[in-house]
Amino acid sequence: MVGRILSLLMTVGLTAALAVGTDIGQTAKAESMNIPAIVMFFIFVAATLGVTYWASKRTKSAKDFYTAGGGITGTQNGTAIAGDYMSAASFLGITGMVYLKGYDGLIFSIGFLVGWPIILFMISEQLRNLGKYTFADVTAYRLKQKQVRILAALGSLSVVLLYLIAQMVGAGQLIKILFGLDYEFAVVLVGILMILYVVFGGMLATTWVQIIKAVLLLAGTTFMSIMVMAKFGFSFDALFTRATEIHTQGVAIMSPGGLVSDPISAISLGIALMFGTAGLPHILMRFFTVADAKEARKSVFVATGLIGYFYVLTFIMGFGAIVLVLGDPAGSYLAADGVTLKGMNNMAAVWLAHAVGGDYFLGFISAVAFATILAVVSGLTLAGASAISHDLYANAFATSKVDEKKEMNVSKMATVAIGIAGIFFGIAFEKQNIAFVVALAFTIAASANFPVLFMSIFWKKLTTRGAVVGGYIGLITALVLVILGPGVWVDILGNASPIVPYSFPAVFSMPFAFVAIWLFSVTDKSDDAQRCIDAFDAQDIRCQTGIGADDANTSH
Amino acid sequence: MTKEQVETIKNNPKYQKLVRTRSKFAWTLTVIMLVVYYAFILFIAFSPETLGTKISPDGMATWGIPIGLAIIVFAFVMTGVYVRRANGEFDGILNALKNDLKKEMN
Repeated sequence: MVGRILSLLMTVGLTAALAVGTDIGQTAKAESMNIPAIVMFFIFVAATLGVTYWASKRTKSAKDFYTAGGGITGTQNGTAIAGDYMSAASFLGITGMVYLKGYDGLIFSIGFLVGWPIILFMISEQLRNLGKYTFADVTAYRLKQKQVRILAALGSLSVVLLYLIAQMVGAGQLIKILFGLDYEFAVVLVGILMILYVVFGGMLATTWVQIIKAVLLLAGTTFMSIMVMAKFGFSFDALFTRATEIHTQGVAIMSPGGLVSDPISAISLGIALMFGTAGLPHILMRFFTVADAKEARKSVFVATGLIGYFYVLTFIMGFGAIVLVLGDPAGSYLAADGVTLKGMNNMAAVWLAHAVGGDYFLGFISAVAFATILAVVSGLTLAGASAISHDLYANAFATSKVDEKKEMNVSKMATVAIGIAGIFFGIAFEKQNIAFVVALAFTIAASANFPVLFMSIFWKKLTTRGAVVGGYIGLITALVLVILGPGVWVDILGNASPIVPYSFPAVFSMPFAFVAIWLFSVTDKSDDAQRCIDAFDAQDIRCQTGIGADDANTSH
Repeated sequence: MTKEQVETIKNNPKYQKLVRTRSKFAWTLTVIMLVVYYAFILFIAFSPETLGTKISPDGMATWGIPIGLAIIVFAFVMTGVYVRRANGEFDGILNALKNDLKKEMN
């Protein structure tokens, strides 16, 4: 039944989309239409819907839906995690940043990467041993279910929705430029596809869509980097020399520059990037898809390797874009002003694809960029839906034991709701400056999700009151500081100067959360506080050994 | 898990050894990673020109580039070091502990 609906949808979707494609092709100017890109994108969509059909046959229980039945291997999971992390923001954003600022782009890459070893040493196997479907399973393990789950769900949903807005707006703009399709059409298409993947294929489809895309993206970027290096006889010095001749900032692109202007913003950015990663719900939930702690560790090893490799490539591609895109003799990639890139400066990687591989490779990279957005929004949506169905519906607000089938249905409804919200926000925010949303997502993750998770694993004296008060203080501080910062106070509200001069204020909000967690725990003398403390030893044994994790169904 | 089971496991020398060695190892690696990364960040914050020093007078490459790439490689190597010891030595102790517990429970 599911299969028939799916294949029907697939045919209808494909024909409709192709029909719209031809319509635009006939009416719009020939140059704005990118046939190879559209064809390759629909091959990807057809393949991933095939995967979804296959996955739907294997997704029966709630465990299948949330965690792919726990049967993903470490290598597969590591590739999927890398895929989650190699979002369009990293692929286009970091290459674009290297293209614009040179060395400063590398600072961001390093910040995004160094969170991974910390996740491995402190979080990954602990999550696997203590949790079942969401990271709130861990924070609520010995604390009061209701309050802690509501906090975790709020933290998760904030991060998911912010990320989703960024991805949706990016998708719409990218597709408008690359495929010559309408912005609204693109956003609706992304929304519908992600709903299909998640509702029918659950975590299994979401994981495999992510793996397929990660492999395509790594192959494409490897090819581009090799082509760039080949033009310079594989000499970095030759590449850098030529880039400094072309770039308006000259030799300044070879050293840290204006992006991180003062010590506090440098440190604050470092904290947000490093610890924010350890609080991203769509990343954390992937540790529940593997069988045991051993595979969880392997996942991080594989993910760190692939992500690190990818960041090295973005650095080469950014410099390659300076030389081959900005330095193109005919100036064919520049907008009318002769300075900025066609489309936006984030398009450096895309135009580089054309410069090294022509129309067909541009089509391939465009399709991969679209696929990247699709895969990432699917993971985000599943994380958000799990927070609603597992944390809120089945645990925080359940009056009696909730039937697994019912929980799964709620999750699917939540997926549809989040998908529609994503479409709505994507269209509403089209013309907004959304640079702040990723900063806000990382700051909330580092200030609300991470401190509570970390303390619940390692600190015996944590109490419900401490976790809840500290978590909300982190969440609210992060929100207020970002609103008073340059991204919102100046860019959106139009004030002359920010009250808080830091885009990533985690250096204040994260310690604030930790201090509040500590203070409101040690002063908590209630009976419940003693119960939380007494329950720590049993939790710690399971955390250290995994004993009891195999029959995780007995816990919440 | 009952109170008695918790006490049995906590008092098992293998469990104590596992927790002690793994925690020490994980925290040591964490501190090393933090020191390396924040040393880099502090250089960016207080002395960006150090990272902007040219490696050789004839070329354009600056020290910041190999150092930056080395941190990426280092982070990956650190995960490898941890996974190797955890999946070998630590899981070995854990399996021995589980065998102990099986015997004691029977």
